[in-house]
Amino acid sequence: MSPVLSGVLQLTALVAALALVYRPLGDHMARVYSSEKHLRVEKWIYRSIGADPDAEMRWPAYLRGILAFSVAGVLFLYLLQRIQGVLPESLSLGFTAISPDQAFNTAASFVANTNWQSYSGEQAMGHAVQTLGLAVQNFVSAAVGMAVAVALVRGFARSRTGDLGNFWADLVRGTVRILLPISVIGALVLVACGAIQNFAGIHEIGQLTGGTQQVNGGAVASQEVIKELGTNGGGYFNANSAHPFENPNAFTNLFEIFLILVIPFALTRTFGKLVGNVKQGYAILATMGLIWLGFTALMMWTEFAHHGPALQAAGGAMEGKEQRFGIGGTAIFATSTTLTSTGAVDGFHSSLTGLGGGITLLGMMLGEIAPGGVGSGLYGMLVMAVIAVFIAGLMVGRTPEYLGKKIGTREIKLAACYILVTPTLVLGFTALSMALATPPDSILNSAENSVNGSGAHGFSEVLYAFTSGANNNGSAFGGLNANTQWYNTTIGLAMLLGRFVPMVFVLALAGSLAEQKPVPETAGTLRTEKPLFAGLLVGAILIITGLTYFPALALGPMAEGLS
Amino acid sequence: MNTSVSGTARLVVAGLRALLVLTVVCGVIYPLVVTGIAQAAFHDKANGSELKAGGRSVGSERLGQSYNLDAKDKDGNPLPDPKYFQPRPSAAGANTENTRYSLVVTGASNLAADSKVLLGNVEQRRADVAAFNGVRPSSVPVDALTASGSGVDPDISPAYARLQADRVAKANHLPAAEVRKLVDKHVDGRVLGFMGEERVNVLKLNIALRELAKG
Repeated sequence: MSPVLSGVLQLTALVAALALVYRPLGDHMARVYSSEKHLRVEKWIYRSIGADPDAEMRWPAYLRGILAFSVAGVLFLYLLQRIQGVLPESLSLGFTAISPDQAFNTAASFVANTNWQSYSGEQAMGHAVQTLGLAVQNFVSAAVGMAVAVALVRGFARSRTGDLGNFWADLVRGTVRILLPISVIGALVLVACGAIQNFAGIHEIGQLTGGTQQVNGGAVASQEVIKELGTNGGGYFNANSAHPFENPNAFTNLFEIFLILVIPFALTRTFGKLVGNVKQGYAILATMGLIWLGFTALMMWTEFAHHGPALQAAGGAMEGKEQRFGIGGTAIFATSTTLTSTGAVDGFHSSLTGLGGGITLLGMMLGEIAPGGVGSGLYGMLVMAVIAVFIAGLMVGRTPEYLGKKIGTREIKLAACYILVTPTLVLGFTALSMALATPPDSILNSAENSVNGSGAHGFSEVLYAFTSGANNNGSAFGGLNANTQWYNTTIGLAMLLGRFVPMVFVLALAGSLAEQKPVPETAGTLRTEKPLFAGLLVGAILIITGLTYFPALALGPMAEGLS
Repeated sequence: MNTSVSGTARLVVAGLRALLVLTVVCGVIYPLVVTGIAQAAFHDKANGSELKAGGRSVGSERLGQSYNLDAKDKDGNPLPDPKYFQPRPSAAGANTENTRYSLVVTGASNLAADSKVLLGNVEQRRADVAAFNGVRPSSVPVDALTASGSGVDPDISPAYARLQADRVAKANHLPAAEVRKLVDKHVDGRVLGFMGEERVNVLKLNIALRELAKG
């Protein structure tokens, strides 16, 4: 069997597995977020928080809940890293406290569902930080994303009320009824295939030729599964999902890609159920699926063709890739991780072909909506749908409507603000980093290091870092040394602003929609469940992203790919 | 003003309480339950899949290791031991942040497809591998020329293992045909016939080789 055929078969198997669970999981999530009943453990949690799960919240209250919870998360995680040096060795593995700028960066990163890592996992973080801090945020930041998506869907589904549900109930239910059960099963599957799961300290193992080497133990499988399922991406080890203890074989590789994609895709079914028309969900699913498949096919083609002088000399694009996954498995992982907000890697993106690197970059620049992060993918795509409906309305000269709600001045202003946030952060911080004197020193693949001497790859590294941060992806063109005060601070800010400012606009939009009375469907209503609309949506996404980022992409990956 | 400050404080306290409760659920109970089941059901795998030979630990089946001589070349790099099958090149960094341990540190080169350094590395490796094994430079497969993602890739391609067989046989005074047969026996197919790539686990192959050489 040729490697190309193997890659295509893996892609087919993945699509089949996702299709199989689409309806059951989507329907389950719809029930979770609309059920009246509370589980016993949930009641216990609500009592401990002191929250009434049945109290409806308007959008400002819902937002305040999210912000309070996230501020607490940043503070807790920051403190946990700062006191690591005084924790007992069984909890710290003997690692010292993390420096203030790096601790801020990491705390911002994990609370913002980004998992950008300016540290090396196995050399910096002990059990306490990894398991009590980082892994917990992997769960709850994902649950926050889903809660915001569900609040927006309720905005479409409800009328003549400002109520969007209860944040604490959505947070707890998402964690307890969706993320935890899948994680327990998934973690055991990973261990059964060879991922490690223990609380051993740093210990010695032998070597065949004599002598020993030291490895660290850890609760790796339990963290790995939620890292993918919650589209987080922060690895226990520096090598992330390329590390054999995190991702032991080709099956777990495909399983981890499945975990990354399963909730974001299935949420379109949940959306369709909650707005009372599953076909609306299929149109969104088709849009996401089309972009994801197109990107993956393009990535496989360029990686198998191994463009680039060094890869041509080697006879294949295996630099930074693992033998057990091969090129096909790594290509599917690379697009899936950057079209969601995951950022985990099973092969290193800096060593992809020039075009392959550009594809990962463009995937994040689309705003990670195909299928996007858990929750954030759906709300990002729905905001794009609002814009697409508006564009269609302009073309035919009718007041735009979506799902029975008028898209008026207020709605379109909020949607426009939403899509302006991340480009402003990405382009602003990238320009600053290139303009100031010292930050460029952090670039590995700089002009003198590059075959063509253009330095295009160095620019791509910086652009990638801020794109990854502001879009809450967290993957990196590892050539950039990001553990400097400048990058720790600015990327930390980009992550927090890129996560929470858009949420403000989404929730305001949800509140505004929920207050409206529904408009009856007429013969002139745009049929948003039809393929024509899915096509329009794909076009709107590509045009908006293209216009925003084309100049920056031309300076980086395109210059590298064409030279 | 005062009410809004105390309101904000109350809210942050609620957030903190929620975080602490969820930390107990997701950060204590969940990993302990998973660890408990994993240790009971998959004890060896959960602890790193260590292999034993001759009564002592010889490493983890999942982690690559080096098979070098004590001697060094003129640049101070250790020379590969011709008696063993050699793994893929590794770009895993030196232990920079924590000098207390000699940890297995993982990572990739992160060098770009248009990097002069990477091009130089590839050409150097092609020449080195060809000379070391006494084969034509054009016959060296790609996995022998590129550094892996983790830096501890436990596998090599069957092509790279076969390329090394004659040199290994000679160094161990074994018949070449027998070593080639040993390599063929250690080729792992694709998972379920189509996932990933064919590969040879270097540690397992070297353990079997040592048995053969002793026997």
